Amino acid sequence: MQLASTILIDGLIDASWIFIVAVGLTLIFGVLNILNIAHGNFYAIGAYVAANAVGIYYSGSNPPMLGLLAMTGAALAAAIVLGPLLERGLLRFFYHRDEIVLVLVTYALFLILEDATKLIWGVNPYYAYEPYSLFGNVNVGRMNYVGYDFFLIGLAVFIGIVLWLGLNRTRSGKVVLAVIHDREMSSAAGVNVTKIFVIAFTIGVFLAALAGAFTAPKISVQPGLAVMVVLLSFAVVVIGGLGSIEGAAIASLIVGLSRALAIHLAPWAELFIVYLVMAMMLAVRPQGIFAPTALRKI
Amino acid sequence: MSVVLEARNLNKSFGSVVAANDINVTVNRAERLGLIGTNGAGKTTFVNIVTGYIKPDSGAITLEGRDITACEPRVITKEGVCRSFQVPQLFLTLTTAQNLAVAIGIAQGQAFSPYATIDDAMAEAIDALLERFRLGDYRDQTVSELPGGVRKLIDIAVAVTRKPKVLLLDEPTSGVAAEQKFALMDIIMSALDSDVTVLFVEHDMDIVSRYAQRVLAFYDGRIIADDLPQAVLENQTVKMHITGTAG
Amino acid sequence: MSSRYAIPLLAALTLVILVVLGKLLPAWCVFLLVTAFAKGLAALGLVLIIRSGLLSFGQGLFYCAGGYGAGLFMLWGGVHDAALLVLAGGLVALVLGAVIAPLLAGYRSIFFATLTLALSMLAHGALTKADFLGGSDGLNLRPPSFIGFQPANSTESVYALYVFACILVVVFSLACRVHFNSVRGLLSLAVRDNEIRVEYLGSSVRRVISENFTAAAFLGGIGGALNAIAVAHIDPELAFWTTSGEFVFVAILSGYLSVAAVFASSIALEFIRSFSSQYFPNAWQMSLGIFMLASILFLPNGIGGLLQRRKKRMKGNKPA
Repeated sequence: MQLASTILIDGLIDASWIFIVAVGLTLIFGVLNILNIAHGNFYAIGAYVAANAVGIYYSGSNPPMLGLLAMTGAALAAAIVLGPLLERGLLRFFYHRDEIVLVLVTYALFLILEDATKLIWGVNPYYAYEPYSLFGNVNVGRMNYVGYDFFLIGLAVFIGIVLWLGLNRTRSGKVVLAVIHDREMSSAAGVNVTKIFVIAFTIGVFLAALAGAFTAPKISVQPGLAVMVVLLSFAVVVIGGLGSIEGAAIASLIVGLSRALAIHLAPWAELFIVYLVMAMMLAVRPQGIFAPTALRKI
Repeated sequence: MSVVLEARNLNKSFGSVVAANDINVTVNRAERLGLIGTNGAGKTTFVNIVTGYIKPDSGAITLEGRDITACEPRVITKEGVCRSFQVPQLFLTLTTAQNLAVAIGIAQGQAFSPYATIDDAMAEAIDALLERFRLGDYRDQTVSELPGGVRKLIDIAVAVTRKPKVLLLDEPTSGVAAEQKFALMDIIMSALDSDVTVLFVEHDMDIVSRYAQRVLAFYDGRIIADDLPQAVLENQTVKMHITGTAG
Repeated sequence: MSSRYAIPLLAALTLVILVVLGKLLPAWCVFLLVTAFAKGLAALGLVLIIRSGLLSFGQGLFYCAGGYGAGLFMLWGGVHDAALLVLAGGLVALVLGAVIAPLLAGYRSIFFATLTLALSMLAHGALTKADFLGGSDGLNLRPPSFIGFQPANSTESVYALYVFACILVVVFSLACRVHFNSVRGLLSLAVRDNEIRVEYLGSSVRRVISENFTAAAFLGGIGGALNAIAVAHIDPELAFWTTSGEFVFVAILSGYLSVAAVFASSIALEFIRSFSSQYFPNAWQMSLGIFMLASILFLPNGIGGLLQRRKKRMKGNKPA
């Protein structure tokens, strides 16, 4: 019982930040039709800028709680700089090409950003532990948890709801859904597809950076983050169905819980449990959980 | 007259849309059948069920007495039921000759030897087909660069490489200018062996009365008339629902 | 038909030129060519898959399987002959590919790509945990012999390896070239262009894809085995996704029509990597990325065929 609740809670905590990254990836895929290999780099960059922001913020005598705002601001700043720059300055030149080519372009971007991150922040780890104690400790049964982790779960739920409402209950959200559904049609109907591409890509980058920013206090920020994160969010998006927010949510839970299961029950499997789950899920539902299968019209 | 293809009590619904409603058809060897009906009447669904692309909810298809209802399209093709498509299904990056080479290769089972190239015998077979369908001029052109009418012909040419018992043509003249339809049908019909059974979906009633020996009229998933062309075209129900010429 | 002899003649001529060239080039360059050839062979396998319209992001799995197959055959089996080792590596990958292929053949596009990626990462994860296979450090191999010839020094060894690699490259290039021209080769392109028509001609798309995938696995294994005996080391990184990413890059850059282009791209990539890791040790990934972007942007013809067919397919398949 004790073990079960530990696995459940650890899984939820893991799922929360994974969801925030993956939902950004699925948004970019849904709107721009790009499987963005560089997505993990945005997470890493978010973690680095947040670590910098935390360092600066907590060196002064500022109210501790508002440090969270500083982290959010850092992630937002990174997204506002990188999103439009990369979408307008790079990706759009390849939209008329095969989607395989676009995947390669983001792979190249991944390689470039990997080294760029190392050149800017070096190879030594950064720590941003201050916010981690903001919410004190929480006792669940006999286990002691860090309150910040529950804050992360809340944040993920909040982001999920905001995104869902934003897409399904607002005018501009419905326009985005229209673009996801049929790009050419929406363009013909007078939708400014270019603008939606920039905004959707930037939001996607922001979500990755935000997840990086808010996990920064839990981890040591160092090279190698991007690879781990992009592979995890890949798995989530494929399990959940490409371009689906609900799918990303459920798949994040599946991935988070299976990782927690592996860590507690079979530590040797931690490295590849995600791929095992992904392969098994694909075997059962080839298009992902939340993607309808359609018969091609002939 | 021997029965080659038989459909018994075919039913198929897509949600609330009934695409096939108790379809019963018996087709004799070497018959030429025209399938008419408005869009959504169930003609293409019928063709798709016969060729295995769609499985019926109930009912059975038999080919020369053998039940082929549950078979994959590939198996049905091998059994001798071949088809063309409303939108030609071709290998667009290959040339006309290469399209035919692949078709002939598959028909002869050659395609599975990894190194067998187009030999002299195959080249001859290709040229003969090109000749029959008047496609000689397009031999080495990439299919994606060819006009719609030519693609229609190639689509049929690849379908007959197996020398089918039954050939289903889904709107062979759609997308072709009205004055060229007869020329196209002349080429198609003269290119086909006389013993092959042909079912073709067609909207143009002049084409139907010229080339069909018998007509099936589809409406709302049902067959509302099955008779000689003239009789079907004069049928009041057909006039009301399909040809739109009712009093 | 003169072309029946033209291709083998060209292959023989290429082999002679390559063997002579190896005598003239400096040793580091010759060695670099060997590793480029090893990767090129794996990328050539990937081209087979791409020709049937799919992209595998897990070709590294077979590169790794070939490497470990050859390596363990040497360490546990005591075999040192390069030809036998490469054959063993290729066969291990072939068997693995033949087992996996039918499971994968039902998947398309990004699902195929990510499943292959997942399988390759599974192998990577499992190997890092397998202590009896050296874990994440991998295993060191011993120098090979070449059909009875045991090189006396490192110069001889590198050149012997190079000649061996050239033979492999020319043989498999020849095989692929002839295959590309065959009806079966066209059938792969046909599957890529229109699966529905292939099924409606009476052929099995899954079978075509399975066969291509298995052949690709074999080539991946040959390449991996060659690489393993060249660098005398195997480790789980061979199955890591970045290894597969390089094969994808080489295959896409070279396009699917030319066999020579595969090796040209592979050599170009190896040189860029070698130079940039020497001159920009902290930014060699970045230079690689910039090179990739530049070649995608400025060499659309290298990847032209792949792009064109998609455009055409989209235009041609619109329902009427």
